[in-house]
Amino acid sequence: MSRQSNRTTDSKKMNSELFTLTYGALVTQLCKDYENDEEVNKQLDKMGYNIGVRLIEDFLARSSIGRCQDFRETADVIAKVAFKMYLGITPSVTNWSPAGDEFSLILENNPLVDFVELPDNHSTLVYSSLLCGVLRGALEMVQMAVDVRFAQDTLRGDSVTEIRMKFIKRIEENLPAGDE
Amino acid sequence: MADESLFDFLHMEIVSHIYKEQQSGKEEMDNKDRAVCVSVLESMGFRVGQGLIERLTRDSPSFKDELDVMKFVCKDFWTKVFRRQVDNLRTNHQGTYVLQDNTFSLLTQLSNGKQYLDQAPKYLAFSCGIVRGALSNLGLDSVVTAEVSVMPSCKFQVVVQKL
Repeated sequence: MSRQSNRTTDSKKMNSELFTLTYGALVTQLCKDYENDEEVNKQLDKMGYNIGVRLIEDFLARSSIGRCQDFRETADVIAKVAFKMYLGITPSVTNWSPAGDEFSLILENNPLVDFVELPDNHSTLVYSSLLCGVLRGALEMVQMAVDVRFAQDTLRGDSVTEIRMKFIKRIEENLPAGDE
Repeated sequence: MADESLFDFLHMEIVSHIYKEQQSGKEEMDNKDRAVCVSVLESMGFRVGQGLIERLTRDSPSFKDELDVMKFVCKDFWTKVFRRQVDNLRTNHQGTYVLQDNTFSLLTQLSNGKQYLDQAPKYLAFSCGIVRGALSNLGLDSVVTAEVSVMPSCKFQVVVQKL
């Protein structure tokens, strides 16, 4: 990697490294704590969910994005605003299903996997599972139930990283009990 | 480039996860459980600190002496990792250093005073590990602890181990 001479870029880069290295330490720790990759994937997803339900507030506060009209707009906001804001990348939105309820985010490069290689005994580990949880948690807080999974992963030999997002249903807002 | 807040969110969730896992099945945590959590967090931080310092000092010349290393940690390293410089560095010139950060970035979201003081150590273990890891790769074996009396001000004590 070439050295950046710009100070601000340097410090942003360092923060990026702090995040990616911390994530790596987390995955390593989980692999130690849990017996199999499936369980690690689940834990990462759960943790991502917990982060997502908080992250959405941060996102809404900083981006002043209004309510999305439909799933297509949601997809655009996720790719062009959210990913840009938090990970500094802009994935492309493609592969829409005919019903318009499912799409793919294609990431040319995934900042989470800088410096990462999967060893042979962890071939079923979905390293970036946290991201699925984050997206799911965040969208749930804006009344959308979605299913998020990795369809392709550069760590497992694919040429790009592809996240598949499917709209399940709109979550009705529950009024607190006693509010007649 | 990952946004700064991502690390904050991730770190908080990691702390939460480690403590939840340690507690699972038990009604209350005892001191031994807490010590395990702190130890796990600290060793995670250690690996991260090692990685970070490696990237930061790749092209730097070597340091003159121990004090030089500590000054580097207080200025350049602290700025890159904790977004500011250490406010005060004290030493007894015999291997003990106290680094004071009056607005420690991992505590600013917790409280502005004494509220949640008992929670602070949970959120400092990882950082202590980062500092210990960085120093380790700079050739200094140390013990790093943190002390908080009023948030978000924090004192890190580094005791360099003589071989």
